Amino acid sequence: MHQTKVKVAEDALDANTTIATANRADFDRAEVAVVNLMSAPGAGKTMLLERALAERGDLRVGVLEGDVQGSIDADRLSALHVPVVQINTDSGFGGECHLDANMVRSALAELRLGELDLLVVENVGNLVCPAEFRIGEDAKAMICSVTEGEDKPLKYPLMFRSCELVVVNKTDLLPHLDFDLEALVANIDRVNPEATVMQLSARTGEGVERFREWLFGVADRAPAGG
Amino acid sequence: MHELSVSSAIVETVIRHADGRRVSTVHLQVGALRQVVPESLDFYFAVASRDTLCEGAELDVELVDALMRCRQCACEWDPAPEPLHSGDPAAALPRFRCPACEAAGAEVLAGNDLLIDSIDVETQPAVAGNGSSNGRDPRDLLRGR
Repeated sequence: MHQTKVKVAEDALDANTTIATANRADFDRAEVAVVNLMSAPGAGKTMLLERALAERGDLRVGVLEGDVQGSIDADRLSALHVPVVQINTDSGFGGECHLDANMVRSALAELRLGELDLLVVENVGNLVCPAEFRIGEDAKAMICSVTEGEDKPLKYPLMFRSCELVVVNKTDLLPHLDFDLEALVANIDRVNPEATVMQLSARTGEGVERFREWLFGVADRAPAGG
Repeated sequence: MHELSVSSAIVETVIRHADGRRVSTVHLQVGALRQVVPESLDFYFAVASRDTLCEGAELDVELVDALMRCRQCACEWDPAPEPLHSGDPAAALPRFRCPACEAAGAEVLAGNDLLIDSIDVETQPAVAGNGSSNGRDPRDLLRGR
């Protein structure tokens, strides 16, 4: 059997990037900015969003909620009277562990983008795969809680490197833990020295205001109305 | 599991370029910044390629070292940690801050790729018809279907 070499020269994630670019164009047309919020399971994404979105003034915020199964988080956020669309990834991949551009795209039809200033995508809890797949977002942020260990940036550098903001959550628990906050911050600096690091407690609300300012500030990155 | 997502993306891209021909080798360049474990990639590639034109194909992985360039002083360096047994504990940690001027901003010159460079295909069409796959999602195998 003869062999022929075929030049491909294509990144394996190009197909995803193409769809992410199409999402981006839709977001721009609708003048909506998009934040991709990621973390390990249980780091506090939903509670932090509950806290932050409770006081949103006139800002029109929507949430795209990614989970393998169920709508527990979406139900919690719906209580704040923000439009929430649930994506369950179990139909895609035997329990897909992340949202990719195509999954987000398929959910866009259910969202009235034109009625939003800011869309927050709460990704599936996972520190690995979500870092690989762009969805067309303006900003990527992650939450790392103090119950997870200060070595996490060294173990999941791709995730920490992909985010412009690292939120350190559950600081109210620090008195009960042998957690070295300085070591965590130093490790974040080793893998992503450009990241903004914010310490807060979604539970007590301490420090949440700063996160809220950052989150709502992303809305200004959407193209201005014409 | 990350390698499964990546493998599926590789198989889909390769099939698009195979044009109905059976694939014998996929030449892939994997950047050090992608956190891909070659052995794990081999395993999941075999799973993701089952019942496709890539089934049985060899994955030829070339690892590409990372290279950063400082936006302040243009210093270039490899941010990867050295093995623990190298002797210097500080060197066993990654360093994405410029080692020369300590600036934070740097661009990635190399190490971010998951590049399918080329594929070796058999010149006789593998099957009649479009041959792109048998219509099954290879990932169904993982669900035991």
